[in-house]
Amino acid sequence: MMRVLMPLALMVALWQAAVLLSQLPPFILPAPGAVLVEAWTSRALLATHGLVTLAEVLAGLAIGTAFGAATAIALHLAPPLRRIADPLLAASQALPVFVLAPVLTIWLGYGMGPKIAMTVLLVFFPVLSGLVDAMDAVPDAHLDLARIARASRLRTVLLLGLPHAAGGLRSGLRIAATYAPTGAVIGEWIGASKGLGYLMLMANARSRAELMFAALAVIVAFTLALRGAVGLWPAPGGQSPESRPIRAGTSAKSRATASGRADSSAAPP
Amino acid sequence: MGASGAGKTTLLRTLSDLPTAAGFSGCVTRPDRIGWMAQTDLLQPHLTVAANVALIDRLAGRRADPARILSLLEATGLDGFANRRPATLSGGQRQRVALARALMQAAPVLALDEPFSALDPATRARMQETARRALAGCSVLMVTHDPAEALRIADRILILSGGKVTEFPLPDAAPLRDLTEAGTLAALGRLNLAVQQ
Repeated sequence: MMRVLMPLALMVALWQAAVLLSQLPPFILPAPGAVLVEAWTSRALLATHGLVTLAEVLAGLAIGTAFGAATAIALHLAPPLRRIADPLLAASQALPVFVLAPVLTIWLGYGMGPKIAMTVLLVFFPVLSGLVDAMDAVPDAHLDLARIARASRLRTVLLLGLPHAAGGLRSGLRIAATYAPTGAVIGEWIGASKGLGYLMLMANARSRAELMFAALAVIVAFTLALRGAVGLWPAPGGQSPESRPIRAGTSAKSRATASGRADSSAAPP
Repeated sequence: MGASGAGKTTLLRTLSDLPTAAGFSGCVTRPDRIGWMAQTDLLQPHLTVAANVALIDRLAGRRADPARILSLLEATGLDGFANRRPATLSGGQRQRVALARALMQAAPVLALDEPFSALDPATRARMQETARRALAGCSVLMVTHDPAEALRIADRILILSGGKVTEFPLPDAAPLRDLTEAGTLAALGRLNLAVQQ
């Protein structure tokens, strides 16, 4: 917590110093205190619009992550598909996603659809890239286990590839969590009647810089909370569903029921 | 056995139908099931000891029998370790888990590629005893570059040199030879020379 609070406190102090030294009018650069007062006064408004943006961000993050992970697994399982998709995916990243926002609004309307779609587009690639790279990096010696067991490609990916790639997925998700609120807010700037992006535009039109900054602070808080939530995901080596404890009570039974080699190997020297 | 670069690991991997640095693979028809144990334990850090032993069956698409897992853990001296994480185990304990996993397949043949070379001498000696007991009744093909290890536990010693395999005559048929015994000590000297040639 202190790791987050200390830089934030420093930033607010610098902000206050800039206000005092520059003497800029409040409609250009409001003081942090004034923004805090505005945030409290407009808390209901910020909560209403904030929840809309949060819903768009979470939906976009969930869909983008699922889509990115599914695509990563498909590309890993099908090298010919990957050879075709790799240049297309690289080219798609050369196009600024933001230019698609007006097109998405035309296609999907003024509701939450285009905002979620924008978020999905921003989340998809970091998740895909992080996961594909991490699955490629599974040590070859570990793949020997799959070869010895004559495991199918799918089983190899599910039981060895994905667990080894958890770190890569987490890195991708951390980047995606940072981008996700940006996608939703840009979508709201293009055409919306709800959300923090819409609230910022409305505040701008009325020269209410304090409200704009308050909305911005809520977006920053969302981003930090999402990054923090991703950080809570245990690193490789943490608990997993496959690692449910087995009862030691079966030990005695095992001596009687374990077949073949187990019996002979359990024999005393 | 054989000098470095003689092709011991390549031969073992080829027999196990695993890809090799030299590019050989699938040269022979291997049994459906083969046990494999390498120099590194290949334990999955996110799985418990029991889940690591079960992994080989799960990869093969079979349901792992918990009773058999516990039996194998007991046979490899890991009674009570089923729910521990690999990170909490010593090097010797990790190799015991790897041994239990290799046995899990109930394979007719086990291929062991320098399985104890990363262990300290005392742990290695204990592992040799454990392996000798746990592997009783299995056909085991083990690569080692430690003549003392080979002499201590092997039923037959083959030396790979210049692409040819020759058998080294053993002094007796004891399951675990005493390396301080005069006959075995003399054989160790001869084996050292034979491997270096």
